[in-house]
Amino acid sequence: MENTIPNAMRQPPWLKVGTYSFLLFWIVVAAFPLFWVVVMSFKLPVDAFASNPLEVLFGPNTQSEGEALSLIDLAVGGFFLVVAYQLPVRLAQPGLALFAPGGQRFMGGIFLGLAYLVILYVGFGFLLPGITAALEVVLGWIPLVGLLAKPLVGITLEHYYAVWIDNTFYEQFKNSIIVTVGVVTISLTVGTLAAYALSRTTSAIAFWLLIAALVFRALPHSVLVTGYMPVFIQSREFFQMLWDTPILGVVLSAFSETPPTLYGQPLAVIAVLVAINQPFTIWMLRSFFMTVPKDLDEAARIDGCSHFQAFRQVIMPVMWPGVITTGLFSFLLAYNDYLVTSLLLDNQSQTMVPAITQYFNRETTATDQIEAIAAAASITAPLFLLVMVFQKQIVSGLTAGAVKG
Amino acid sequence: MNRKTFYLFVGPSLIMMLVFIAAPLISVFIGSFYVTRSVYEDVTVESCTPGFTTQTCTTEVRRKPIIKDNGEVLTNTVFVGLDTYRTLLQPERVKRAFTQGQWLEPFRTIDFYKALRFTVMFTLITLPFVLVVGLSIAMAVNNCVRTLRGPIIFVSLLPFIITPVIGALSIRWLFIGDGLITRGLEQLTGQDISMFAQGWTIELLMLFYRVWHVAPFAFVIFYAGLQTVNQDTLDAATVDGASRWERLRYVIVPHLQPLIIFVTMIHLMDAYRVFEEVIGFSSEAHVISLQWLTFDYLTPDDSGNRAISRASASSMLTMVGIIIILIPVLRRTWREHRTGA
Repeated sequence: MENTIPNAMRQPPWLKVGTYSFLLFWIVVAAFPLFWVVVMSFKLPVDAFASNPLEVLFGPNTQSEGEALSLIDLAVGGFFLVVAYQLPVRLAQPGLALFAPGGQRFMGGIFLGLAYLVILYVGFGFLLPGITAALEVVLGWIPLVGLLAKPLVGITLEHYYAVWIDNTFYEQFKNSIIVTVGVVTISLTVGTLAAYALSRTTSAIAFWLLIAALVFRALPHSVLVTGYMPVFIQSREFFQMLWDTPILGVVLSAFSETPPTLYGQPLAVIAVLVAINQPFTIWMLRSFFMTVPKDLDEAARIDGCSHFQAFRQVIMPVMWPGVITTGLFSFLLAYNDYLVTSLLLDNQSQTMVPAITQYFNRETTATDQIEAIAAAASITAPLFLLVMVFQKQIVSGLTAGAVKG
Repeated sequence: MNRKTFYLFVGPSLIMMLVFIAAPLISVFIGSFYVTRSVYEDVTVESCTPGFTTQTCTTEVRRKPIIKDNGEVLTNTVFVGLDTYRTLLQPERVKRAFTQGQWLEPFRTIDFYKALRFTVMFTLITLPFVLVVGLSIAMAVNNCVRTLRGPIIFVSLLPFIITPVIGALSIRWLFIGDGLITRGLEQLTGQDISMFAQGWTIELLMLFYRVWHVAPFAFVIFYAGLQTVNQDTLDAATVDGASRWERLRYVIVPHLQPLIIFVTMIHLMDAYRVFEEVIGFSSEAHVISLQWLTFDYLTPDDSGNRAISRASASSMLTMVGIIIILIPVLRRTWREHRTGA
């Protein structure tokens, strides 16, 4: 890739205008629905559904009811956000070198992570309000400049408060974390092993396995859930047979008196999602493994490594980018899933995405609607951070499948 | 790598796929020929109401489900053959409608055909839009200043990675009765607009949502492909006097062809599974999809029963479409394998 636009791609002015206006249009279309969700979630219902979009943006009623941000708040807050983003980007590598000498990168990373959280807490909890308050008082005395300190954008956290505290959304958040962490770790462990083997052999079995995986990838998830449903609901009767067997039964009874009910069990759902995810994981990881030269394993084998040692100590260290990328997509699948989790989990173990239906299904009052919007914004926030941090990996993951495809 | 190590490595993954994908598939296939229902018994009940001199008594025979000792309803599972498929497909009603010349009637009134019509149309209509929009964004980004590309890719990825249900909701909230765009349109046209009162407007929103959601994926893939277009060929074409359009048509698109096929296949597989849109737009009263139909049978009804056998049958019918979509994919992979790719 050279750094100038090649001759053949050079455009006349009219086309340039066309290109940029099309891009602008796309950016607005891509971002606006999400941006608007965030804006509405901070407003009282009167403002959120006002007919004038400017009123939604500035929220005059929200302003008179409660808190409002001035231009100073917005500017300082924006500055803090930029710093919060740049800090790890700029300082992570030198910081690791400083705090993790001698190969203790893992501990050093944990230490830095914790330190970063403390910095965030102090920065946004104490420094930010302090600085803005001081600035507002000082600048408020100066005529004209004082306008900057005047409240401008009404903002209320009441819906977030209602969703997270009153309606205990943190429970669902916790469940989501359990399910996603479980799915990502298990499917990567199982997937890398299989993908490595599949990338290192050209036997017919390997080919048919990949074909089967391709077919499994296309299956609608509802078909699979239909298969699980009877087992999940009547799992107690299903497993009673195992519990009644002479030796195995004694061992199993040591864990629990009666067989478990799978319905509503996060562990069972993790297993289901891992399996559903497996075909995709295998294909993607395999395409990453294909880029690792075979000579590398052969060299390790000659040095006396077993296959597994070669895999662990030689191949895996160079595979991390691929594993992280595949992990991102496993995370997305588990985090975004509605169908499987809504059918196989009960109210106590419900994850965030299916839980949101309870808000928009009872959209009786405008407040309920804004609470649904606040819940939606809460679910989207981690994804936003994810793209911000892992944009490169996501793009490389998307293209990894296609290059071969 | 010998056979034993191969199986050791593949084993865990293989077992998971066998237990959680292959086994349920078989059990659904078998389950679609059986029905589980509660066993009823006829109970003779004498009910008496006080009368003037004597009580008026009536005896009637009521059908009641048999309750087991542990309080559960006694059920039995019987083989019904294709009966469940018949209740879904309603062949007599279809035949009647067809002989009367009302070709579209089943697609409006029978759930399965309603879902089928929408799913197929949805898949086929979104495909060209996804390809064209994705390619346009890729070309535009490829032609814009380098510093802008990162931020544009960042924003473009947002609709793609967002939770589908929430993506659909975010568009729904713009178009509901007092949503921003509905208000704007009402002011422009001076009419009352309700996007969620009739099927076709909801369908439009669903199509829009899907293109919005998938175009970024096509864009990223095509953009990566554009980086490898042979510049010499392009320059040669320019020297030969090929217009911009001709260069696109005869150089760029043929170069991207494998990627276009890839995106097409992935999109067909994914769009055919359309489901989240129905939830996000709450469109079940007007528009339903095949996967939603199965989901609906699996959701407990008011008395807590799940129509598992009907879900199995509709799953199997959904699979027919998947197989049709997969045939070209599999043939391609087979050819590649044969040629030793």
